[in-house]
Amino acid sequence: MAIPDIHRTIEAVWRIESARLIAALTRLVRDVGLAEDMAQGALVAALEQWPQTGIPDKPGAWLMATAKHQAIDQIRRNVRLERKTEEIGRDLELQQSLGDPESMDVDEDMGDDLLRLIFISCHPILSKEARLALTLRLLGGLTTDEIARAFLVPEPTIAQRIVRAKRTLSEAKIPFEVPTGNELEARLSSVLEVIYLIFNEGYSATSGDDWARPGLCEDALRLGRVLAELMQNEPEVHGLVALMEIQASRLRARIGSSGEPIPLLEQNRGRWDQLLIQRGFAALFRAEKVGGALGPYRLQAAIAACHAQARNPEDTDWGKISALYDALAQITPSPIVELNRAVAVGMAFGPEAGLEIADTLTNEPSLKSYHLLPSVRGDLLMKLGRYLEACEEFKRASSLTRNAREHELLLERAAMCARNASG
Amino acid sequence: MRFMMMTKNDPNTPMTPPDPEMYAAMGKLIEEMAKAGVLLATGGLAPNPIQVVSNNGKLTVTDGPFTEAKEAVVGFALIEAKSKEEAIEFSRRFWQVAGSGAGEIYEVFGG
Repeated sequence: MAIPDIHRTIEAVWRIESARLIAALTRLVRDVGLAEDMAQGALVAALEQWPQTGIPDKPGAWLMATAKHQAIDQIRRNVRLERKTEEIGRDLELQQSLGDPESMDVDEDMGDDLLRLIFISCHPILSKEARLALTLRLLGGLTTDEIARAFLVPEPTIAQRIVRAKRTLSEAKIPFEVPTGNELEARLSSVLEVIYLIFNEGYSATSGDDWARPGLCEDALRLGRVLAELMQNEPEVHGLVALMEIQASRLRARIGSSGEPIPLLEQNRGRWDQLLIQRGFAALFRAEKVGGALGPYRLQAAIAACHAQARNPEDTDWGKISALYDALAQITPSPIVELNRAVAVGMAFGPEAGLEIADTLTNEPSLKSYHLLPSVRGDLLMKLGRYLEACEEFKRASSLTRNAREHELLLERAAMCARNASG
Repeated sequence: MRFMMMTKNDPNTPMTPPDPEMYAAMGKLIEEMAKAGVLLATGGLAPNPIQVVSNNGKLTVTDGPFTEAKEAVVGFALIEAKSKEEAIEFSRRFWQVAGSGAGEIYEVFGG
């Protein structure tokens, strides 16, 4: 195998193994930053040695043993230098916690460590941006460069964000554990939020020329599926997975041949990915089996499922969808939910009823520069034959979106309304 | 990216016959891949396929098994991986358990 090929192979092994490796090392050294440095050190060693030796039979165990060896060597070198006794003491303690590098049982179930790593990466002490970057880096196995490209920010920005996040976790001495009791709900909701934000960034890219970046959707789905196996008794985890699977089933149907976005009701449903839809329904079923109160992700997944079930757009059960939005608005009231409710009510009970809800949002400060509000109002006004107003709304929406493809689509709709108004 | 991985019955590389130990190890690997969010579907194929030949839409249907079919597909796994290399790595883990044999990995377009 040529050298570039083996480097790509090592990258692939790294992506598969890195999260478990960092998780297990964090348990040993109690510091996520240090653990990642150790894991990176092992990766460097692999890049040096594997081109000669080939990929070891158990690459995960190899990386783990190498990371530990390197750390112990480092400690020994440090001890030889004359240093303060307390530093030496700390290093020796670290050496002890590393144990015998060869002793690690490769069959050991590292699921608990992985779960701890997920919770620490999504810790609310970190900013949202930091949580996203750190999660993709530690759990998704993405490089800072890949994360930077996914979020369209300069690489040094992401690198900085990750360094700071690790320092924050270390300084605040955030324990490496899965929260329990009352804390669990809030912390889990932060984890789910991070995964869904990653998914959404891929699903409807907020900026840039592409309408979607499916790579990020896949990263989020993979994280969600992993989490669902680790927390089988949490209905909202299955709810989130269901939501992502069903939404992802439409990825290829929602982009036209020239890259333009295609709205849900105009999509060719034959192109919806039935395998992902089935997986989504299975996840919803798992959530139901666990039981408990309906949370926001399960409700949203149920809404997505209503669409997935309809063979034709006109078969959509809008009554059920608007009822689900009513429930969603009750447990997580927000202007965005209200806006979606306006759409559903508009479909179920006519544009007038929908517009009534949408109109209550026009003074909502958080939606001031949100392009979907004028876009939805434009749509409802158009259905009511109020083309001039609709045209204005579409124009406003087009000036607010940061997505180039969507901008075009909205301008087209504005032009169509203008033609209708004059015709 | 989605990949279809198939194992074939190749007379040049006869597959290691499965024993209970291999079954257990394979079960574990499949579980691991599912837990890692990678495995979408998996299955085995019956050895007696139905052959369909179309001549401008006019079908000739023949029941198997076909003695002349030297390289029948015997099992498949549909996986979601980040790259071709990652798919190969999962295939390597599969063959570490399965022993000798031959297979093919196809990228699935539009998946």
